[in-house]
Amino acid sequence: MKYIDEFRNGDYAAEVARRIHAEADPERRYRFMEFCGGHTHTLFRYGIPDLLPANVKMIHGPGCPVCVLPMARIDAAIELAVRHQVVLCSYGDMLRVPGAHRTSLQKAKSQGADVRMLYSPADALRIALENPQRQVVFFAIGFETTTPPTAAVLLKAQELKLRNFSVFCNHVLTPPAITGILEPAQQAGERIIEGLVGPGHVSVITGGGAYDSLARRYRTPIVIAGFEPLDILHSILLLVRQCNAGRYDVENQYSRAVTASGNAKAQSMAARTMTLRDSFEWRGLGWMPHSALRIRPEFADYDAERRFELSPSEARENKACECPAVLRGAKAPTDCKLFATVCTPDNPIGACMVSSEGACAAHYSYGHTR
Amino acid sequence: MCLAIPVQVESLLDNDEALVDIGGLKKRISLALVDDVCVGDYVILHVGYALSKIDEDEALRTLELFDQMQALQEELGASLESDGSGD
Ligand code: SF4
Repeated sequence: MKYIDEFRNGDYAAEVARRIHAEADPERRYRFMEFCGGHTHTLFRYGIPDLLPANVKMIHGPGCPVCVLPMARIDAAIELAVRHQVVLCSYGDMLRVPGAHRTSLQKAKSQGADVRMLYSPADALRIALENPQRQVVFFAIGFETTTPPTAAVLLKAQELKLRNFSVFCNHVLTPPAITGILEPAQQAGERIIEGLVGPGHVSVITGGGAYDSLARRYRTPIVIAGFEPLDILHSILLLVRQCNAGRYDVENQYSRAVTASGNAKAQSMAARTMTLRDSFEWRGLGWMPHSALRIRPEFADYDAERRFELSPSEARENKACECPAVLRGAKAPTDCKLFATVCTPDNPIGACMVSSEGACAAHYSYGHTR
Repeated sequence: MCLAIPVQVESLLDNDEALVDIGGLKKRISLALVDDVCVGDYVILHVGYALSKIDEDEALRTLELFDQMQALQEELGASLESDGSGD
């Protein structure tokens, strides 16, 4: 298919890899973090780390929405399904993430709770229309990319005056997460990465301009990248060039889909329905101010957190699971004692092993034998 | 779950929806988040919603860049070869 085949062209890729080898200064080190789980997936799938010089290293960032959601929120979703007996609609990956006491939405489902896996929030709305006697809750997770579709169903539910539909909102924001990674290092006067492969599909919505102040503040070049193997290699080359030139700009490699200001229509739908939370807990990064969204008071009828009483979670993370350090880029999955022994995609201990975009799952599926 | 993919719009439907082809599978998607989508356009699809159009000119511009890189490499390679066999 057009726009896929061309961007997977092996000759081009070999040429870009040769450039990286030619231009990377052997005296320097280049540690680049890819923020998006989608990029992690492509990196492993196409064996990109093997094409890079030894002093160019990729570090996986916290850009997998399944991985950064803390256990307490998973417990709340389970409580909605089990105690409040709603029809709980969730994206597939969330179903297997362990909550407290190693329960999960999938286990709740096998014990009779009405948990449904769906592909689009529009399906949740359809289920609500078809089951007027049941309360239907959409378990909304994800970064700026996934927020506008949730906004679209909130607006639709209001238009249809639905009485049996609500959203359990867990949408999170990318810039605060980047700050959460880079700020502690800056405070300590350390450098943990030389550059950032910026989020591609998040930027489709936010626009590339959203990262200008981060690049300047942390003196770190950011290249927004597409998701084909060639896109990522090209972005690595652009980062090497910025490092060599001592620049720290935001560059847009994914110009076929990303503009400077993003998708204004999607932004305005999200702003009409959702607003900043004072603080939100992230797995690995802890509580961070203004890092997530909640549903606006005008849409309170569609806010599951207001409609249902949720008890405080007694969640305890498995102490041996290194997900928090893996998500901060401080440790590699292979540094975890449980990796590939106790913890596998069939029996995930932490969220990073569940989602295909999680660093542990990607390592396990494509890389751990190497 | 964050994975989004480019798809081509095959036909426009009522209710701000469109039909796309995903690897031979026909799927109904929502165009609620984008304006001015035409049949034949490529869009980025995520959780059932088109997030943006793919700009054909920009896609071609990026590909041209790779073409140039390769052309340059071939030229360099050719000149090295001719140097070697020069005398
Ligand atoms: S290997 Fe498993 S237990 Fe270890 S950090 Fe990854 S998800 Fe957690």
